[in-house]
Amino acid sequence: MPSSVIEITVNGSEEEFIAKPGTTLLSALRDTLGLTAAKRGCGVGTCGTCTCHVDGEAVMSCLVPVETINGSDVKTLEGTTPPEGLSPLQQSFLDNFATQCGFCTPGMIMAAEALLAQNPSPTREDVVTAISGNVCRCTGYESIIEAILAVGK
Amino acid sequence: MSAPTTEAGGFDVVGKPVQRLDAMGHVTGRTQYFEDYNPAGMLHLKMHRSERHHANLVEVDTSEAEKVKGVVKVLTYKDVPKNWYTILTLINVGYPEEVVLAEKKVLWMGEPIVAVVATSERAALEGAAAVKVTYEDLEPIFDVEEAIKPDAFPLKPHGTNYFEYEGHHCRRVRLGDVEQGFAEADHIFEFKYQSRPIEQAPTETTGCIVEPQHNGRLKIYSDTQACFFTLDNTALILDVPFGKLQVVGGTVGGGFGGKVDVTVEPISCIAAMQTGKPVKYVYDRYEEMQISSPRAAERIYIKDGVMNDGRIIARQCTLYADAGAYSRHSPYAATKAAAHMPGPYTIPNVHIDSWCVYTNRTPSSAMRGFGVTIGDFALETQMDRIARELDMDPLALRLINAYRDGDMKAHHKVAEGTALIEVIQKAADLVGHELPGELRALSSREGR
Ligand code: FES
Ligand code: FES
Repeated sequence: MPSSVIEITVNGSEEEFIAKPGTTLLSALRDTLGLTAAKRGCGVGTCGTCTCHVDGEAVMSCLVPVETINGSDVKTLEGTTPPEGLSPLQQSFLDNFATQCGFCTPGMIMAAEALLAQNPSPTREDVVTAISGNVCRCTGYESIIEAILAVGK
Repeated sequence: MSAPTTEAGGFDVVGKPVQRLDAMGHVTGRTQYFEDYNPAGMLHLKMHRSERHHANLVEVDTSEAEKVKGVVKVLTYKDVPKNWYTILTLINVGYPEEVVLAEKKVLWMGEPIVAVVATSERAALEGAAAVKVTYEDLEPIFDVEEAIKPDAFPLKPHGTNYFEYEGHHCRRVRLGDVEQGFAEADHIFEFKYQSRPIEQAPTETTGCIVEPQHNGRLKIYSDTQACFFTLDNTALILDVPFGKLQVVGGTVGGGFGGKVDVTVEPISCIAAMQTGKPVKYVYDRYEEMQISSPRAAERIYIKDGVMNDGRIIARQCTLYADAGAYSRHSPYAATKAAAHMPGPYTIPNVHIDSWCVYTNRTPSSAMRGFGVTIGDFALETQMDRIARELDMDPLALRLINAYRDGDMKAHHKVAEGTALIEVIQKAADLVGHELPGELRALSSREGR
C-alpha cells in the first residue's frame, strides 16, 4: 500500500504531511509534528495516556490510523493551554494535586475537557465514566476526580 | 540560619500545601520524558527473547534477521565487552552472575538473547522475530523450597540455588532460645503465608535513548529511577571509564521500584557505539508487564509460642524471597526482610532465617518497601489470628507485645524512639474503639 498525503487541522493550524499506511494519529503527532504531550503508555488502547480530541470527541490516538481521519480537526493538550497562564482544568489539576509523575495527566485532562464540553455540570459518576479508560498508577484517582468536579460546578 | 518567620506555626512548609516543582510542566504537557526526545536518524532496538524457562542454547541463527529490510545491526553476547554483571556489585553485594545477553543457556522465559537494531521500530520487531533459536530443554524450577533441596539442579555458577551471605545459606537473626520458649509456651501457633510476584506497572514503560556525542561520550536519556546505578553498571559492562557516559534522567513516568534495574541502557550504548547513531530501546506494554522485574514472590512461615495472657515468648520466622533467575536487588531485599522481623514487638526468643532463592522465574527486584511489605502482611495477619484464637482484642494483643524504649530487639540493639503504643492508642480513639484503662495507661517511655 502506498503512503498517503494527510491534511488535518491540529490545534488550529493546518498540517500537511505524508504518512505510511497504518501510521497512528499518536505517531503522527509525536514523531512527525513534534507534539509530545500525548504519551504512549501502551500503544494498544488500554491506558488512555494518548487521549486527544478528533472533531471534539476524546479518542485514544494510538488506535486511530491517521489516514482514516483526513480532513479532521485534532486537538491536543498543547492546544488547550492558553498563551498566558493555565486553563481552568489545568489550574484545578494543580490546586487539587491531581498530578504526580504526570505521565497520565495530558490524557486525563483531554478526557476531562471532552466531558466538560458536552456536560458542563457532570456528576461524580459522569466523571468516573469519562476517565474510565485512563489509567493512573500514582494518584489513586480521587484527586483527579475532585479536580474535574471542581471545574464542573 | 535565621528562624523561619511565617504565620503557620512559624513554618514555611510544614502544615501548608506546597506545589510540586514539576506540576506546571505536567499539566501543560511540557515536561520532557525521555521518549519525547526525537533526534534525527534515530535507530530502534528490539530484543529476541527466550521462549523457554530453562534451556541450553544449541544454536542461535541470526541470518534471517540480518536480511530484514531496515535492519542495520544484530548484536549477540559476543558484542558485549563485559557480559557478566550484577547490579549491586557497586556496594559489594554479590558477584557478576547475570548476563546482558544469553550465552550458552537461558534461565527464564523472556531472557534477552539477540538485540536487533533497525531504522524503524517495525523493522526492528520483524528482525527480532526472524531470529531462530534451537533449544535443548532443561527441567525448570519454579518453587523456592524445591530449589533449595540438596539434589536440585544448580542454576547459578556458585553451585547452589540460594544467595550466600558471608558463607551462610541465608540471613539469620538469633535471640535467646526459641525451642525453650516453645516448650514453656501455653500455645503454639504456626501458619504459612505466601504472595505472588507483583508488577509495578508504571504508565510509562522502561526505556532509554542513547546518543553518541561529538566529544566521544555517550549521552543516555533514561527513565531510570537510579541514574548512578545505571551510569556505573553501564560503564562496567562497556568496560569504559565512567566519564565516557552522561546520564540525563530524573523525569520518571511512574516507577514504584520497577525502574531501578539496569536492563536497557548497556545494550543501547553498544548499539549506539557500533552504529554511531542515536538508538532508542523502550519496552512495549507486554514487556513492561512480563519482562521487567516484579516484586519478589515470598513464602513465609511463622511459628509463635504464646502465653494465655497474650505475651509472645518465642517467634520463629522462615522467609523465602523468590529472586527468580538473577539477583538484581533481591539479596538486599532478603536482608531487609530479616531486619524487619519479628515485627515491632518485644519477644525474648527469636529465630529468623531469611533466604534469597534462585528459580527459573522472571528476575524480581525492587518495589515499594520490598522485603518488608509482604513480611508485614504475614506478621500482622499472624497477630490477628492469635488474637482470634485467644479471644482477645487484636489491639490489646499488639499493645501487650509492642516494643518500648529500652527493650532489647532481636538484632541485639536497644530500642529507642518507639511510638507503637501511642500510635495504636490514637488510632483506637479515631475509630472509637474502647481500650481498658490499663492499656490506655501504657507508654513507650516506660520500661517493662
Ligand atoms: S497509548 Fe493509547 S491507550 Fe495506551
Ligand atoms: S500521575 Fe503518574 S500515572 Fe497518573
